[in-house]
Amino acid sequence: MSFFLNQLIIGIQLGSQYVMVALGLTLIFGILDISHFAHGHLYMLGAYLLYILMVLAKVNYWLALPLCMIALALGGIVVERLVYRPLRDQPHINTFIAAIGLILFLETMVRAIQPKSLSVPKPVDKVFAVGGVSMEAQRLIVIVGAALLVLLLHLFIKRTRLGTAIEAVAQNREGAALVGINVNRISLLTFAIATSLAAAAAVLMAPLAFIAPEMGSVLILKAFVIVVLGGLGSMQGAIVGGYLLGILEAMAIAYVSSAYKDVFAFAVLIIILAVRPTGLFRGRD
Amino acid sequence: MMERVKKIAKPLLLLIVLGLAVALPWLGLEKYQLRVLTLALAWAVAAVSLNLILGYTGQASLAHGAFLGIGAYAFGIFTGRMGWNFWPSLLVAGLVPAFLGLLVGLPSLRTRGPYFAIVTLCFNVIVFKVFENWTWLSGGYQGQAVPKPGFLVQRWARYYFVLAALVLVLLVVRMIVKSLLGVTFMSIRSNEGLAEAVGINAFRYKLLSFTASCFLVGLAGALLALENGHLDYTITSYTYSFNLLVYVLIGGAATLSGPVIGAMGLYYLLEHIEKAVGEYRYAIFGLLLILVIIFFPRGVAGGVERLWKWLKENRARRKAGEEVVEG
Repeated sequence: MSFFLNQLIIGIQLGSQYVMVALGLTLIFGILDISHFAHGHLYMLGAYLLYILMVLAKVNYWLALPLCMIALALGGIVVERLVYRPLRDQPHINTFIAAIGLILFLETMVRAIQPKSLSVPKPVDKVFAVGGVSMEAQRLIVIVGAALLVLLLHLFIKRTRLGTAIEAVAQNREGAALVGINVNRISLLTFAIATSLAAAAAVLMAPLAFIAPEMGSVLILKAFVIVVLGGLGSMQGAIVGGYLLGILEAMAIAYVSSAYKDVFAFAVLIIILAVRPTGLFRGRD
Repeated sequence: MMERVKKIAKPLLLLIVLGLAVALPWLGLEKYQLRVLTLALAWAVAAVSLNLILGYTGQASLAHGAFLGIGAYAFGIFTGRMGWNFWPSLLVAGLVPAFLGLLVGLPSLRTRGPYFAIVTLCFNVIVFKVFENWTWLSGGYQGQAVPKPGFLVQRWARYYFVLAALVLVLLVVRMIVKSLLGVTFMSIRSNEGLAEAVGINAFRYKLLSFTASCFLVGLAGALLALENGHLDYTITSYTYSFNLLVYVLIGGAATLSGPVIGAMGLYYLLEHIEKAVGEYRYAIFGLLLILVIIFFPRGVAGGVERLWKWLKENRARRKAGEEVVEG
C-alpha cells in the first residue's frame, strides 16, 4: 500500500509538470491556432537559465524562479513576434514547419555550447517520511508550486479584464477585435504567460532530473497528447488530462515496464482517438 | 510563339536533367560523392511518397519516418536473416509498411488537421521506442548488416538502380495525380466536407492514399538500407518524419519536382556544410527553414511558378500597354 501511495505522489508530481506545460500549450492553441511545437524547447531554455543563475552566478533558487519566468516570458514574446506573427494568415502546416526550424535551431545551439548534461542542487535537500511513505521535499515543492501557479492563472483569466480579453479572443477572434480588443497584444500576452509557465515547470523540475538539450521533445509531445485529449483550447481539460497522465505513467512504470514508459501516453491517445476522434472532452472546434 | 517555347521548354529541361543524372557517374566524381548522391536520390523517393498523402491529399503524416524504417528493416531482415532473394524482399519492404499503414490509418484518418499530425507522430515515437528496446528485432545499437545482390555490388550500379526507382515512382505518382483518383485526392485536400457532399467517401480515399504512400516510402527505406549496407534502430526515428516533411514543403508540396528538389538539395547541402560549420549545421538549417517558410510559403517549386506567372503577366501588361499607345 505504501508503495502504491508513493507512486501516486510521484504520479501527481509528474502530472503537475505536465499540467503547467499543457496549460500554456492549450492557451496558445486555443487562442492563436498555432501548433507551438517549440514550447518544450523554451522549457529546456528555462532549465539552462536556472543552471546559469544558480550554479554559475550563485543566485538563490527562490530568486532564480521568478527571474527565469520573466526572462522566458520575454523569450516567448520574441518568438511570437519574429516567428509566428509573419505566418498568421498562412496554412496551419507552415507554422508547424517554423516550429520545427526553431526546435532545430535551439537544440543545436545549446548542444554546441554545452554538450554534457547538467544538474542543479536541490534547494531543500530533505526526505519526509510519513507512515512508510517517504517523500523528497522537492517533489512536494513541485506539487504545491504547480497548484499555486495554476490557481493564479485561473484567477487571472476569470477575474481580471485582461484575462477576460484572453478568453474573449479564444472564443471568437473577430468578435473580440470588433469590440476593441487588440488581438496582437493579447497574442503577445498569451505567449508570455504560456512560456513563463513552462519556465516555472522547468525550474521546479530541474533539481529532480538532468538538464539536457533534448529534454523538451518528449515532454512537448505528451503535452500535445494532453491537449488533444482534453479538447483543444480547454483549460479544465488540460488540468484533468495532465494529472491523469502523470498518475497513469507512474503506475505503468511501477507495475508494467519502465523501458516503455514514454510510450503509454501515445498508445492511450491512439486508442482513445480511435473511439472518439475529437478527444475526451469537448474543446473549441 | 510563347506557347510553343513553353511547350518545348519543359520536356527539354527534363531531358537535360535526366541526361545529366545519367552522365554523372562518368564525370570523375569521388566515391564518396557518388554515395551521397545515391542516398540523396533515395531520400527523394521517400519525399515523393510523402507528397502523395501530404501534398495531394492534404494530410500531414508525421509517421513516415517510422514507415521508412519499417520498410528498411523488412528488407534487411528478409534478405539478411532469412536469405530471401532480392526482388521478393523488396516487395515485402513495401507490403509490410503498407499493411501497417492501413492499420494505423483506420483510427488516425478519422481525425483531421493537427490531430492527425499529432496522432501519427505519436505512432512514430512508439515504433522508435519498440525498435530501440526490442533488440531481437532491430539488433539494438549494433544493428544488422544488409547484403547486396550480385548485380548491385558496384557503386555506380546502385546509383542507376536508385535513379531508375525514383523515375519509376515519379511516373506512378504522375499517373495517379493526372487520373480521376488524383482529382479525388485533391478535392479532399481542398474541401473534405464538399467532397463528401458530392458523394466521395473521403475516409476511404484518404486511407487509399495513405496506404499507397506507406508502400512507396517503405521501398525508399529499402533503397537507403541497400546503399548503407547496414541498419540500426535510429532509422525509425521521428526526426526523419520531420526531415521528410521539410523536404516536401521546402521543395514545394503538390508538385512533382518539388519533393525531389527539396530532398536532394537539402540533403546535399547538409552533407556538404558539415565540414565547414560542423555541429552548427542544424542550427543554420533551422534558421533557413523559418526564413523560407516566411518568405517563400509555397517552397522552391512554388516560388519558381510564381516568378514565371509574374513574368508572363508583366509581359502581357506591357503588350497591352503598347497596344493602347498605338491605338
